[in-house]
Amino acid sequence: MTTRPPIPGMPRHLLGIEGLTVATIAALLDLSETYIDTSRSLVKKRDLLAGRTVINLFFENSTRTRTSFEVAAKRLGADVVNMEVQTSSTRKGETLLDTAMTLNAMLPDALVVRHQDSGAVNLLAQKVNCAVVNGGDGQHEHPTQALLDALTIRRRKGKLQGLTVAICGDVLHSRVARSNIHLLNTMGARVRVVAPATLMPTEIERLGVEPHFSMKSGLKDADIVMMLRLQTERMSGSFVPTVSEYFHFFGLDAEKLRVAKPDVLVMHPGPMNRGVEIDSAVADDLQRSVIHEQVEMGVAVRMACLDALVGDRRNFDIRIAEGGR
Amino acid sequence: MANGTGAPVAYINARLVDPVAGSDQLGSLLVGADGKIADWGPSLFSSGAPWGIETVDCQRHCLAPGIVDLRVHTGEPGEEHKETLDTAGQAAAAGGITSMCILPDTDPPFDDASLIEFVHRRSRQVRLSKMYAYGALTMDLLGEQIAEMGLLGEAGAVAFTDADRPLDNAQIMRRALYYAKTFGALIVHLPQEPTLSAGHMNSGELATRLGLSGNHRLAEAIMLERDLRLVEMTGARYHASKISTEDGVDVMRRAKARGLNVTCDTAPHYFALNESAVGEYRTFAKVVPPLRSETDRRAVVEGLKDGTIDCIVSDHRPQDVESKRLPFAQAQPGVVGLETLLPVSLELYHNRHMSLPAIWQRLASTPARLFGLPGGRFDKGAPADLVLFDPDVAWVVDPEQFSSKTGNTAFDERPTQGRALMTIVDGRVIYRDTKRWLPAG
Repeated sequence: MTTRPPIPGMPRHLLGIEGLTVATIAALLDLSETYIDTSRSLVKKRDLLAGRTVINLFFENSTRTRTSFEVAAKRLGADVVNMEVQTSSTRKGETLLDTAMTLNAMLPDALVVRHQDSGAVNLLAQKVNCAVVNGGDGQHEHPTQALLDALTIRRRKGKLQGLTVAICGDVLHSRVARSNIHLLNTMGARVRVVAPATLMPTEIERLGVEPHFSMKSGLKDADIVMMLRLQTERMSGSFVPTVSEYFHFFGLDAEKLRVAKPDVLVMHPGPMNRGVEIDSAVADDLQRSVIHEQVEMGVAVRMACLDALVGDRRNFDIRIAEGGR
Repeated sequence: MANGTGAPVAYINARLVDPVAGSDQLGSLLVGADGKIADWGPSLFSSGAPWGIETVDCQRHCLAPGIVDLRVHTGEPGEEHKETLDTAGQAAAAGGITSMCILPDTDPPFDDASLIEFVHRRSRQVRLSKMYAYGALTMDLLGEQIAEMGLLGEAGAVAFTDADRPLDNAQIMRRALYYAKTFGALIVHLPQEPTLSAGHMNSGELATRLGLSGNHRLAEAIMLERDLRLVEMTGARYHASKISTEDGVDVMRRAKARGLNVTCDTAPHYFALNESAVGEYRTFAKVVPPLRSETDRRAVVEGLKDGTIDCIVSDHRPQDVESKRLPFAQAQPGVVGLETLLPVSLELYHNRHMSLPAIWQRLASTPARLFGLPGGRFDKGAPADLVLFDPDVAWVVDPEQFSSKTGNTAFDERPTQGRALMTIVDGRVIYRDTKRWLPAG
């Protein structure tokens, strides 16, 4: 059906980065490159997924990621349905599987799922016949974010291997950090995490990263600085005393960035809290901030992922083989 | 006169008590024009007093590093009628204390960097004993939200504590320890399990007779055990305050034997008094934690002797008459201690429990080292923060004679031996006992 080369080792679902090989990641990034050109053309629409159905199933509020997935699927010609499910936390498990089975009966080709609980997307994937893309599950993984970050870096720096990447901020609650750690480590980058000890996950060094408690040491000679969003509800709790103290020690400003390499790239998965984890002057610095480029790469990466999962007959054939309709 | 004119001064014929070297010998000490220790030792000026510079004959009295007191409550800001930083400075000077750390439980509490700077500014104005400030461990000392330890630390907070309020929420304590670790900060905690320590005096026979609600002695060990587990988990720096029970000393001893890097202190009332001081509802003997049994008191002395307890603090907490002349249960806890810290600590020497250098380790060198303060030791180039004291002079504690604004001492009318004759900060004499000390020269 398609002329693209196959993606080696592409799993049936994209649930996380952990476990993907160098070859799979590199091939996904290569495929994404071709979709950047598609998106930049006058006519952006292709018919690769024409006649296919993609359901965006979001149990957690999201505008940016959902829109990005929607645009990606539409540019590939698929029919897209958006479902935002408000869940009552007491009935989460039951609701999740019931919803999954209901949607499965509608025979979609792909489900893009975001859920506030870690592991919820994996659970759902076991119950459906179509391909499942993890759009972010709890504090576990957000694979397309890591891929789009990698694509942004690779296009700017020409490589991932050997780069020093500092991931800074609320690492404890961040699925973006975890996916990025897995991806960057697999691709041979040196990863540091920088956070106050209250926001540093236990035994994080076992994931192959170097923990730092100060921006000064963590950013020293870094090629890439990835800032993480500090969730509002964590700010004035027992994790961090106040916003002003957090910004003073862990907010990215020009002064703290000075110890990084001169050609350092500043990244942020958005949405940003200006004046909390990042200073406006840095966020808007066109020389170093690639925050808007990340958003563009997001669409290309999600097109590539949908293509890789359902662009050929593979998933359809598996479903038939399993006895699904 | 050795009064800060900026000229060098030689202190000769002194019994030098060196807590770091552990030595106690006759010798001399030279203070440079810069207010720093230029030289010292048994052989310095042994061939006679130096010519041409001011000389003070110490008449074989003890010359030691000035006391570094880690635990001082004052009433400034908020309760200036109880104590100001001026009166606390005068009392400290009279007690041989050259550095003191002010606890954050003032009104407002020290949970804002500007208050740390306030203490430093007042310290420079008062120009007596050096004053340092603790930062609050939690906002408003309520135990709910971590204080801005980073900003407070940058402003100069020496350590973080909620003073006499234990932090009962283990999760917040864990996060506070982690957060402190981010900045390498030291957390100081009063280990008392709050639900077991709600009573007014040590639980036991005396409390039963007096009909006062008891504060269980295990409140200390239970909280201490929890803290030490959290310290082990987080790897943070931790110091326990006012160890008062046999079980508490045991817990600390075992933790140290296990190699845990933790320290603790106690106060004179815990090694010199026991619960019987409460007698007939003496509210001046009401302290937090309460005075314990004789067995506990002896255990605290043992803990000091074998080094389980690292520091002795005054736990100075002034209370006016209105706060104390009340039914025991309603009276405020706390005793003044700046002017009795030295003589009551010397009881350990007179009772042959400890040598003078060992006592001075607990009073000066170890506290200074733990809190990263200058002073507390004889060192070339270290600030000349010194106390000249006569360890033997007998006197009776009389709160009327105190420089402190209030006289709520638990040692009223106690016959003691030893007192400061002269207190020196940065080479400058800030106190002189004019009745007992008129140096020739």
